[in-house]
Amino acid sequence: MLAASATQYMEKAGAHITVSDLTMAYGDFVIQRDLNFTVNHGDIFIIMGGSGCGKTTLLKNLIGLKIPSKGDVWFDNINFWKSPEQQQEEIKRRFGVLFQGGALWSSLTLAENVGLPLEEYTDLGPAEIREVVSFKLALVGLAGYEEFYPSEMSGGMRKRGSLARAIALDPEILFFDEPSAGLDPPSSRRMDELILEIRDSLKTTIVVVTHELDSILRIGNNSVFLDAETRTMIASGDPKQLRESSPEPGVRDFLGGHARE
Amino acid sequence: MDIIHDSRLEFHNPDERTLDIVLAADWHLRDGIVAIEYVEQQLSAYPGITTIRIRENRITHWDTSLPVFITRLLAFCDKTGLALETSGLPDGVQKLLNMARSIPAATLTSRTNAAQGFFEQIGNMTLLMAHGMPQTMRFIGEIIMSFVRLATGKAQFRPGDLLLLIQQVGPNALPIVSLVSFLVGLILAYMGAAQLERVGVQIYITDLVSIGMVREIGALMTGIIMAGRTGAAFAAELGTMQVNEEIDAYKTLGISTVDFLVMPRILALVMMIPLLTLYAGLVGTLAGMVIGITVFDITLFEYWQQTLRALELKQFWVGIFKGTVYGIVIAVSGCLRGIQCGRSAQAVGEATTSAVVTSIVYIVLTASAMTIVFYKLDI
Ligand SMILES: Nc1ncnc2c1ncn2[C@@H]1O[C@H](COP(=O)(O)OP(=O)(O)OP(=O)(O)O)[C@@H](O)[C@H]1O
Ligand SMILES: [Mg+2]
Repeated sequence: MLAASATQYMEKAGAHITVSDLTMAYGDFVIQRDLNFTVNHGDIFIIMGGSGCGKTTLLKNLIGLKIPSKGDVWFDNINFWKSPEQQQEEIKRRFGVLFQGGALWSSLTLAENVGLPLEEYTDLGPAEIREVVSFKLALVGLAGYEEFYPSEMSGGMRKRGSLARAIALDPEILFFDEPSAGLDPPSSRRMDELILEIRDSLKTTIVVVTHELDSILRIGNNSVFLDAETRTMIASGDPKQLRESSPEPGVRDFLGGHARE
Repeated sequence: MDIIHDSRLEFHNPDERTLDIVLAADWHLRDGIVAIEYVEQQLSAYPGITTIRIRENRITHWDTSLPVFITRLLAFCDKTGLALETSGLPDGVQKLLNMARSIPAATLTSRTNAAQGFFEQIGNMTLLMAHGMPQTMRFIGEIIMSFVRLATGKAQFRPGDLLLLIQQVGPNALPIVSLVSFLVGLILAYMGAAQLERVGVQIYITDLVSIGMVREIGALMTGIIMAGRTGAAFAAELGTMQVNEEIDAYKTLGISTVDFLVMPRILALVMMIPLLTLYAGLVGTLAGMVIGITVFDITLFEYWQQTLRALELKQFWVGIFKGTVYGIVIAVSGCLRGIQCGRSAQAVGEATTSAVVTSIVYIVLTASAMTIVFYKLDI
């Protein structure tokens, strides 16, 4: 018999996502080459780098929207791009994604947006879906906005709404593209807390694209730094350590290592 | 009463005033959310219970279905006045619940997007039309002002855009215009000849096809093709710009959207549609000639002579005039619907549909009006 609360999960350890020799390009235009990194189970993994260095593009390669021009992406021990389409679909169903622009469906209300994944992939009835939706909306601080259409909400609200949609199915891996961009500081801190909370309670692996310095240091325990000039990664590891001791001055600078001390 | 069970809940009664709930097993969203009825049954089996305790748990896996169940339980205890002690919940659940409760729900004047009743719909449509009319008039007024500015060289637009639009509206439409007018000319020739042959005057299919195509049908067909092709494109382009706040961006810069976006579109279509109309008429006439020569044994020379006799210059002018009027109608409807578009993907679809429907309705109206006027004026 398992003991009470302490081991409510069989905690998985080890690599969850493995990226090897990944090169990505739009046509002939190479964005990043030779990326190698590992995201472990339960990591909050930060993808950072200057604007336009290819963070969103990397995310699209990870979630199966864009085929890498070279290299592999592994989930546990399945090579995503080498698997049959059927299996790719199954893997993708374990993801939750928050897009940079929110991407709420404009013809559906907020509640319908969050409820759609539940409708499609669970057997819950309409009343149960409503309850789950309300709970998720309460988590992101949008309780009471169920009947709003995306066009009637502010940019930050849309962002939080799409976060609620991303976590609707309690996915195994969450991908967030700039979750706190466009939020006020308290909301942004709350977003960070929520991300930490989701990881701690549901043991979700979370990949976050962000360049909010506070956020990076508060939530990240592992990271990769993409450089726009050399078109490859120039650092990886715990952001707090990189800030102190990365050999790359650019990385230390980005993480505020000079200014603060 | 039969007591039903769910493997996820176990009940104990340490004393007659307390109900202990032990959470167990796997909690998966896909298995549904545990019904509150299980708890109710226990309570009715043991009246006198005042406290529910979640003291410990033997959960092996949980997801959102657990906090949602606890939310249910909280609401239930609130309603029935029972005390609930939740010290035995897994830490994470407690934290998620706190998080969900930390921001109170917005209390908004009850918003429901209830379906509209029949009369409500009619009422709304009437209001929309009543409000739409002045808006349409203002839009047309703005367009006229914009053309005045264009004439005085004060209009703000990029000539490069105009060239691109001309290319899209004119040359790119040639294949579909050729195809449709050739087929229509062909059908006209066949239908006409079948009748005329009976009285032995099949040579007059020349008149029928050439006058019909050049004066009426060329313009009408071009109008309908352009409504579906270009009017829809205008509405979709401007509508999408509305959705992406691009229109707002022009407005804040102080750039007139009518000058910058609408006027070039109207200009492009009004410049191209006379040529397309003329072209459609000629292709239709050519189709008639092909049929006349190959099927009805008219010689090329005969056909050519008869066509020259039949076609007066004024037929061309009437056709081109009509085509131009249709062009204005199409461009204005397309741009108007695009600018009026709402801010969702669905609204873009509605704007596009509405642009095509409006264009075709006004094409038919103006076509009838012009036919009557020309008849009265004996043109
Ligand atoms: N669809 C596309 N076609 C061609 N190039 C593209 C496309 N999308 C992005 N790019 C290019 O790829 C590069 C990386 O873009 P990406 O959106 O990944 O940047 P990013 O790191 O997410 O930037 P930001 O922080 O501003 O969101 C940019 O140089 C961009 O111009
Ligand atoms: Mg990006």
